Amino acid sequence: MFNKRVGIEYWPVLRQLTGSDRLGRGKAARSKDTDALRARTGQADRVVESVCPYCAVGCGQKVYVKDEKVIQIEGDPNSPISRGRLCPKGSASKQLVTSPGRQTKVLYRRPHGTDWESLDLDEAMDMIADRVVDARRSGWEDTYEGKPVRRTMGIASLGGATLDNEENYLIKKLWSALGAIQIENQARI
Amino acid sequence: MAECHPVGFQWVMEAKARGAKVFHVDPRFTRTSAVAHRHLPIRAGSDIVLLGALVNHVLSGGHDFREYVLNYTNAASIVGEDFRDTEDLDGLFSGYDAEKREYDPTSWAYQNGDAQAAAGARDEAKTDDDRSHEHGPGATFEATPSQTGHAPRRDETLEHPRCVYQILKRHFARYTPELVEEMCGIGPERFAELADAIVANSGRDRTTAFVYSVGWTQHTVGAQYIRTAAILQLLLGNIGRPGGGILALRGHASIQGSTDIPTLFNLLPGYLPMPYAHEHEDLDTYLERAAGDTGFWGNKRAYMVSLLKAWWGDAATADNDFCFDYLPRLTGDHGTYHTVLDQIAGKVKGYFLMGENPAVGSAGGRLQRQGLAATEWLVVRDLNLIESAEFWRNSPEIAAGETSPEQIATEVFFLPAAAHTEKDGTFTNTQRLLQWHHKALDPPGDARSDLWFIYHLGLRVRERLAGSTDRNDRPIQELTWDYPVEGPHDDPSAEAVLAEINGYDGDGRPLSGFTALKDDGSTSSGCWIYSGCYTGGVNQTARRRPGPEQSWVAPEWGWAWPANRRILYNRASADPEGRPWSERKAYVWWDGEQWTGHDVPDFEKTKPPSYEPPEGATAQDAIAGTDPFIMQTDGKAWLFVPKGLVDGPLPAHYEPQESPVANPLYAQQDNPARQLYPRRGNRYHPAGSTVYPYAFTTYRLTEHHTAGGMSRFLPYLSELQPEMFCEVSPALAAERGLTNGGWATIVTARTAIEARVLVTERMSPLRIQGRTVHQVGLPYHWGTSGVVRGDSANDLLPIVLDANTHIQESKAATCDIRPGRRPQGAALGALVRRYRRQAGIPED
Amino acid sequence: MSDSLYGPLHDVAEDAGYADPPARAGFFTDTSVCIGCKACEVACKEWNAIPDDGFALTGMSYDNTGQLGASTWRHVAFIEQSRPREVGDGDGGTRWLMASDVCKHCTHAACLDVCPTGALFRTEFATVVVQQDVCNGCAYCVSACPYGVIDRREGDGRAWKCTMCYDRIGDGMEPACAKACPTDSIQYGPLDELRERARARLDELHAEGVAEARLYGEDENDGVGGDGAFFLLLDEPETYGLPPDPVVTTRDLPAMWKWAGGAAAALAGCVAVSFLGRR
Repeated sequence: MFNKRVGIEYWPVLRQLTGSDRLGRGKAARSKDTDALRARTGQADRVVESVCPYCAVGCGQKVYVKDEKVIQIEGDPNSPISRGRLCPKGSASKQLVTSPGRQTKVLYRRPHGTDWESLDLDEAMDMIADRVVDARRSGWEDTYEGKPVRRTMGIASLGGATLDNEENYLIKKLWSALGAIQIENQARI
Repeated sequence: MAECHPVGFQWVMEAKARGAKVFHVDPRFTRTSAVAHRHLPIRAGSDIVLLGALVNHVLSGGHDFREYVLNYTNAASIVGEDFRDTEDLDGLFSGYDAEKREYDPTSWAYQNGDAQAAAGARDEAKTDDDRSHEHGPGATFEATPSQTGHAPRRDETLEHPRCVYQILKRHFARYTPELVEEMCGIGPERFAELADAIVANSGRDRTTAFVYSVGWTQHTVGAQYIRTAAILQLLLGNIGRPGGGILALRGHASIQGSTDIPTLFNLLPGYLPMPYAHEHEDLDTYLERAAGDTGFWGNKRAYMVSLLKAWWGDAATADNDFCFDYLPRLTGDHGTYHTVLDQIAGKVKGYFLMGENPAVGSAGGRLQRQGLAATEWLVVRDLNLIESAEFWRNSPEIAAGETSPEQIATEVFFLPAAAHTEKDGTFTNTQRLLQWHHKALDPPGDARSDLWFIYHLGLRVRERLAGSTDRNDRPIQELTWDYPVEGPHDDPSAEAVLAEINGYDGDGRPLSGFTALKDDGSTSSGCWIYSGCYTGGVNQTARRRPGPEQSWVAPEWGWAWPANRRILYNRASADPEGRPWSERKAYVWWDGEQWTGHDVPDFEKTKPPSYEPPEGATAQDAIAGTDPFIMQTDGKAWLFVPKGLVDGPLPAHYEPQESPVANPLYAQQDNPARQLYPRRGNRYHPAGSTVYPYAFTTYRLTEHHTAGGMSRFLPYLSELQPEMFCEVSPALAAERGLTNGGWATIVTARTAIEARVLVTERMSPLRIQGRTVHQVGLPYHWGTSGVVRGDSANDLLPIVLDANTHIQESKAATCDIRPGRRPQGAALGALVRRYRRQAGIPED
Repeated sequence: MSDSLYGPLHDVAEDAGYADPPARAGFFTDTSVCIGCKACEVACKEWNAIPDDGFALTGMSYDNTGQLGASTWRHVAFIEQSRPREVGDGDGGTRWLMASDVCKHCTHAACLDVCPTGALFRTEFATVVVQQDVCNGCAYCVSACPYGVIDRREGDGRAWKCTMCYDRIGDGMEPACAKACPTDSIQYGPLDELRERARARLDELHAEGVAEARLYGEDENDGVGGDGAFFLLLDEPETYGLPPDPVVTTRDLPAMWKWAGGAAAALAGCVAVSFLGRR
């Protein structure tokens, strides 16, 4: 039931009788799929140099992309840190980025809501911006115990250790300019 | 290290194959122990006893690397007469204020040190914050580089009774192998084997390395653990040399980067301190407090002004103090744990979680979720629907019937994040190496990078405040926020951001490095220590010259801060005259005209070893040609810390907040400066409690990643460690009726959780103070979401913090363990209350 | 003929009909440097798109995969050993053995010999691979394997096992497990070279006083003619769940064929004619 219809040239016994594989356990037994087998990395449209997103060892990764999909992630042998090797988490990177369980849509939970609702990204960004402006104002302190502080205690932020330096930089820059000081990440933990 | 950094561990295996001896000190026998030469099971929370005994072994045996110690450390410095040690005051250093629970460090200064830069100046930073008495000094001290300059008096014979060397000797004299046996559970033979190996493997020809992770930091004495190791390594001459060091293995791809360019309340980029609130503070007074005038911190004005120029551009001028006033001010500890308690108190309206899952990953899980539930609105950016996004519908508190979605008012936005393959950017790894990862493809659906999010949020907020005339809105109106965008989603260019971090000269050309920074506003740099990462307009972090085509230092792979140096303070790899300590350990050296070697010298290239600073010199000019520790005001490594730590100039052993035993060394049981939060939901166990008789420690497994957001949602990782479990010794299993593969309930004053049981000889009961102490091992990866689910170990922990770092003690606490699954519903709370009553702990 | 089914065989690929084949490929798994990280298990699954194998804690140390099977082609065994001791002794007697098991790619592979459809075949690298476009799920191979490696996947029915990443090695790449392995516990290469390396490593360990170190599956005089994937172990094979003396289950096939040969040839002829007729 799993056999595909194939041409007579793939019929093992014939090849067995006519070829060098008299027991029909090797060359004569090869199927069409087997003959067509190639490593999928060879078919990638591009191979992109990356870094493992898990721990801080910083193993080199190569990301293989075909038809705008990641088809493989593996270690970069050129890396003097990792020499092409990856741990189980690094080896699972492809599942991290391609897993069907990954959330790709904005979700919204209204106060006291019992379920998620969908929300347009643009609308969500506007709603968040409104809330930032409002929380910043309502938590604003010009002074604390008589000393100037010019800050807001209305907004806090946690996260950064899994993000890029450039992202942390803009987070710190924007929040500080807004007067928010409660900016933290996993390094505190 | 094999458990959590397996690929980095290949180098340990490589070293082992070449003859290195590997010791593994850990409460549990782990995958690291399995391939180490020796595993030393230790009682969690007793490491300063072990490390202190090693220091004592080195000092009392005369094993220190004398030439290194004399020239490169402050061993010869003489401390003032007012200093009193823990050995004199039964566990307290001089300067302790019992009511405020904090130290005044004035008496720790060098003799006549008051003439030196501003010792004690930071005391002005103290506020009368009403919370501080309860929380300890961490709430009130500025975390700044210390400012004590050169010690005015030294005794090169190291015999003066108040020289640092003699103080150390006396301080550690009671840290003996016998104490190690009594407190750590490590016998004298095992200790001798370790001590002998370390001594034999240190000196001119050999170096020893220490590797640690959060097993050292997550204690109420965490910073002092690492200090003890630093003292040991300095005495043995193992810092700044190849194969030496104290290496922090960090657990997130860019947690080093998020410390350097800090999403941390108390820091600005490049370890400049965030300003604290003072009356009439300007840039000058801030800089006076921020760091010393000698050593490379002496250029602090150039670093700070360049940062302000990067942020506020043309608006930042000499006339307006470069917009220094635009920075908000601190008034105490604003760390994440403080914020959570403020959330519960209703003080924090909005909260952003970006790639972090505190509902599972932070200590005191119930308080964490209570904080989320008390927040008005919450934005979660992640790849998966983590517990911190879904707490309002699946938290343990909902399962227990304590609350319900209808009762939780938090408005939650879940914004899907882009993965590392879907954005450009740099991670800074655990060895300070910046590595660029290239975007491979666009993120799916609504997923966006955090760079996109923060940039576009900034645009929208600026739009809303564009017309405001409120002076408080000027920092956001005048902020430089103009990045080129690319791609279908208008992603800001990460390379442009990196270039801003690197900095520009007055003509808009990328800077070559931090030494090019000016204090007059003519240069800009978003993080001075990263300056040079984009030198010549070339992204140095994207360099990937294959390892085999380079020297073993591999300087052309990525870019390390500062200045692409791979080993910090590597001037110490040469002797005072600039010659390698030995051929075998040659790294950088003076060739008669300049410093050269395998790495970028961490020293001014043409400063000869013979250089003596002239009177009144500042910044690097004040550092002698023989002083390798160029960030220190005196160029020396500090065995004794006269300024900069809030809990003492030397490490002393204190028991964890929750300990099964009493501290035999001092009447002072715990770190007197630790930050305590005795309150509802955060009750502590008394020391030696018979109700919570067992020690427990938390940890990670190879197969998962911290709070599980990047592992528990993946079938390939989840199947490898599918369930929350606890590890117990056969003796403890017998004592409590636990069976392998069965269930156990672990109880603390905070809550009770359940776990499957692994009974294993890898857990060793220890003989401590003449009695058996059992330890329970608890991985902390699980929560209520994901492919595999289970109770969270962090729910068991209280919030109690190291006062220097504001990091929680999650590596040592106490508990009870009993067979069977935990009660469900209201019965769970009843069980926890019953235990609290038995232990005499105040009711919640 | 007997050479092809039992005993040492030096030209495994030639014997399977390949003229001038590449060097026989193999795995050498040095368990003395295994850290039990399971990168091999995950890398294998990612490359070969193998489904997960269930989410149950076994209670057997850190091993939650249990054994090799249709959806687990690399399996890391964890064996905890200790000697009795008193409280306070520490754990001087504790050993935690870890070993990544895999299909042995036997010189004489019974799975292949019994496969009635030709789904299992010998590659030019002398490895043994199931062709999924041919396998009909009869499961003869499952009971034939002396190591209990090959297995049918539930819901799919076909037999699956390690291919030594036939697609990768055909393109000059390393198998996924060997490439990922952080400590080089899994080494891939020409079998002859691996055997030499393994013997040198064994000598090294013996010199260090690790007397219990031994090679497993390296001896071409063993019951399967030697394995293409062999191991350095630190204890008896049984400790790791490996059969101490595996024998190819088709060892006696030649004798049987002597009796059945004529009938088989006639039958094959009939089948050939009928197939040609249907074309």
